[in-house]
Amino acid sequence: MTLPFAILAVVTLAGAIAAMSLRNLVHCALCLVATFGGLAGLFLQLGAQFVGLAQILVYIGAVAILIVFAILLTRGSESPQQPIVAGRWLMGVAVAALTFGSLMVSIVTSTLISSANGPKPNVAADISVKKIGAKLMTEYVLPLEVVALLLTAALIGAVIIAMEEQARLAPEGSQSH
Amino acid sequence: MIDAFDQIFVLLKHWALGWPFWPESLKPMLSVFLSIVPIMLVFALLFGITTVVERKAIGRIQNRYGPNRVGLPFTDVRLFGFGQFIADGIKALTKEDIVPRAADRVVHFLAPIALIVPVFLAYSVLPYGKNMAPIDMDTGVLFFFAVGAATELSVFMAGWSSRNKYSLLGAMRAIAQMISYEVPLIISTITVVMMVGSLSTVKIVEAQAEYSGQLPHWHVFTPWGLAGFILFLIAAMAESNRSPFDLPEGESEIVAGYFIEYSGFKFALFFLAEYLGMFAISGLAITLFLGGWTAPLAFLSWLPSWLWFFAKLLALISLFIWVRGTVPRLRMDQLMNFAWKFMLPMALINIAAAGLWFFLPAGFDRWAVCSAMLIVPYVLLGRGLMGGKLFTKRTYRYAE
Repeated sequence: MTLPFAILAVVTLAGAIAAMSLRNLVHCALCLVATFGGLAGLFLQLGAQFVGLAQILVYIGAVAILIVFAILLTRGSESPQQPIVAGRWLMGVAVAALTFGSLMVSIVTSTLISSANGPKPNVAADISVKKIGAKLMTEYVLPLEVVALLLTAALIGAVIIAMEEQARLAPEGSQSH
Repeated sequence: MIDAFDQIFVLLKHWALGWPFWPESLKPMLSVFLSIVPIMLVFALLFGITTVVERKAIGRIQNRYGPNRVGLPFTDVRLFGFGQFIADGIKALTKEDIVPRAADRVVHFLAPIALIVPVFLAYSVLPYGKNMAPIDMDTGVLFFFAVGAATELSVFMAGWSSRNKYSLLGAMRAIAQMISYEVPLIISTITVVMMVGSLSTVKIVEAQAEYSGQLPHWHVFTPWGLAGFILFLIAAMAESNRSPFDLPEGESEIVAGYFIEYSGFKFALFFLAEYLGMFAISGLAITLFLGGWTAPLAFLSWLPSWLWFFAKLLALISLFIWVRGTVPRLRMDQLMNFAWKFMLPMALINIAAAGLWFFLPAGFDRWAVCSAMLIVPYVLLGRGLMGGKLFTKRTYRYAE
């Protein structure tokens, strides 16, 4: 275990724990961002530049902003009065254990580890962005297009929902926002 | 001799690294240090000088003097007012740091730091001259946009933690604007990445470093490159919250936007981050479209490469200042309409034009087809967005 790995791991885990346990929702979201950043750092440390930078671009640049906006626009930023440990914690533990178990099984039985030579330390290092791009444009072009179609549909759907709301709230003649 | 002058900073770094008294284990650390410190110093100084130049230029545009008194401290040297930034810096350092009582103290403190760090990180992939990119990353352009995206959250932290309606409104405006204009910014970059076939900033500059006759092969001298450059520049102005896209600050409406509750050096840090962001994105524009450190004409190549980079940077900064002094601020709906109804379609069409340019044989036909592909939608979109309104010369009515 190297020093950079230790720092990143501590940042990731501490951020995750704080995101669960803090009272103020915006603080939780900001701690979650620390976790995202730590994960991106771990990817970069493994030599997976594309995944690491996409993690920053998508999770810190977009998902975190979305979370924060959702918190601000729905509940306000006041701290909740009720205890932060929910009543059905047994259920939560069960779900967490199940997730952990399934991840564990898939990692342990993965071909990367169980191959004859044992784990290769720098598997990701020789996968350049160029290779990823070429694969996406040739072998995986159909899944890529399907994802693009799905996202476009989601975008148009969001716009339509917003438009109906606006038409209902603001009758003709009023200014657009 | 000329080569040595061109590579003077690289040679200086190697010379400093070669001193015998450095322990071998410290050398990688020292090499990083020697790359970072000059960048921070040079761009912080450039920030100081730019603030004075901007105030003087805007003053000229608005028919007033601007700062012209302060020179070097403790001397009688006036320097046409160019010592103003030293006085401003000392003032910012010695001012009282006020934190509102209701503010979220931790987040309020962390916001300027979380803003300035990604802004400085963006400088690590720009090639300032031949062999002068601090990191030659395989994914340099992606890295630049990734750290740029990280600044949006710091803006939110600043706006939210101040517990002030104006600051929260400013942060909302800033984030909405940055997200909207990030789309055309990245899409206009894609054309260059497509043509060069690499995300590395160093390779992108090398692809533009050839000359046919005296003329350079800069991307801006192609139809798709020119359109991409203009789109990139407009989006860059919006990304760095410069006028006419300075709604997040909007002095007349929301006082100062997301950093309204910051004072003293924290305020200066926000100011610094804004200007450094502008320099960094101008540097990327130079790298992508204006040939990076290459000379504009072949016979000028004997001048050192870093000189050309900074000359282009200063030219772009002047352009930014000029635009700021000329164009009034947009309204929020104009801002959004412009991004989604004009910039985005134009950027998407530009990708198609660039693809066509790549596959057509070189010659006049290629120029004609690609230019038409960009000019026709430009005119149609512009006319369409005017909505049939007839714009004539404005008539004024004066009070008697």
